[in-house]
Amino acid sequence: MARKTPELNASSMADIAFMLLIFFLVSTTMDIDTGIYKKLPPIPEDETPENEPKVKQRNVLAILVNRNNELLVNGELLDISQLREKTKEFILNPKNDKNLPEKNVKTIPYFGDVMVSKGLVSLQNDRGTSYETYIRVQDELAAAARELKDAKAMLKWGKKFKDLNDDQQAAVKKYVPMQISEAEPKNVGGRR
Amino acid sequence: MSKFRKEGGKETPAISTASLPDIVFMLLFFFMVSTTMREVDLNVSVLVPEAKEIVKLEKKDLVSNIYVGVPMRKFQKTFGTEPKIQLNDQFATVDDIQSFIASEREARKEELRNKLTTSLKVDQYTKMGVIIDIKQELRKASSLKLNYSTRQAAE
Repeated sequence: MARKTPELNASSMADIAFMLLIFFLVSTTMDIDTGIYKKLPPIPEDETPENEPKVKQRNVLAILVNRNNELLVNGELLDISQLREKTKEFILNPKNDKNLPEKNVKTIPYFGDVMVSKGLVSLQNDRGTSYETYIRVQDELAAAARELKDAKAMLKWGKKFKDLNDDQQAAVKKYVPMQISEAEPKNVGGRR
Repeated sequence: MSKFRKEGGKETPAISTASLPDIVFMLLFFFMVSTTMREVDLNVSVLVPEAKEIVKLEKKDLVSNIYVGVPMRKFQKTFGTEPKIQLNDQFATVDDIQSFIASEREARKEELRNKLTTSLKVDQYTKMGVIIDIKQELRKASSLKLNYSTRQAAE
């Protein structure tokens, strides 16, 4: 009969595991990347200016940001904090103002025939604009869009937009179109 | 005085530590699974701006990062204090972006290549000029999914 093998001493196992644990604790980063999601427009295939769609001036909310991070919205100097209200008013056009965007009738599931704004937000930056301001403008526009969608969703279903199901979300998106077009960069005064 | 009680009372038995390694191993496995190692060493200092309307960036393996910021102090002698682009581990120029995107695509599986998102991690004091250039290059490389990395702003 073979000799009994002596039992393995496992008391140092905990120490080894602790060492590994501490290494992973220290080297771990659990931050999740967050950010503003955007889709870039593809480069137009032929660059003839006649192909650009003609948009009436009343349908455009032109936002210009200069190198001093000041905003000019449709020819009017505006603070960033006012941008959200301005955008909402522009898209909604509650009094059917002649200077605010046109609306046309569209049939949308769940809502039926409704008036949908033809408004378009156009954003143009100077090369000297700070990135912080750019993000704030993007953030305010996104906030305006979310608030409009939430308002519509609240009215219809009594829920916030993000709590709706996919079909309902698609319908609300059609109801409140938020088109943000970023102007093709113009090289004024050289590349840098 | 009860007649059943022994003199001096009972000694408390030692707590068994035999299950301690198991508990520690469990923690260890949790951290091993949830951990993501930092892939690149930052050569530029990046403090991303704050925003409220943010989304979580999922599928980290389908994200390629572009860092823009002022070079760290130890690089300022050679690279100056103007904002620079960092791709992978080294400084780059705007012209390198297209080849960077191409190599990032090359590293992914065929069916996932068009799902690649570019995450721009840009310091908040950078001027838009660099970013406009980067966006044009991304459009040329037809990598159109873009994420501006931001912090969650306090409500």
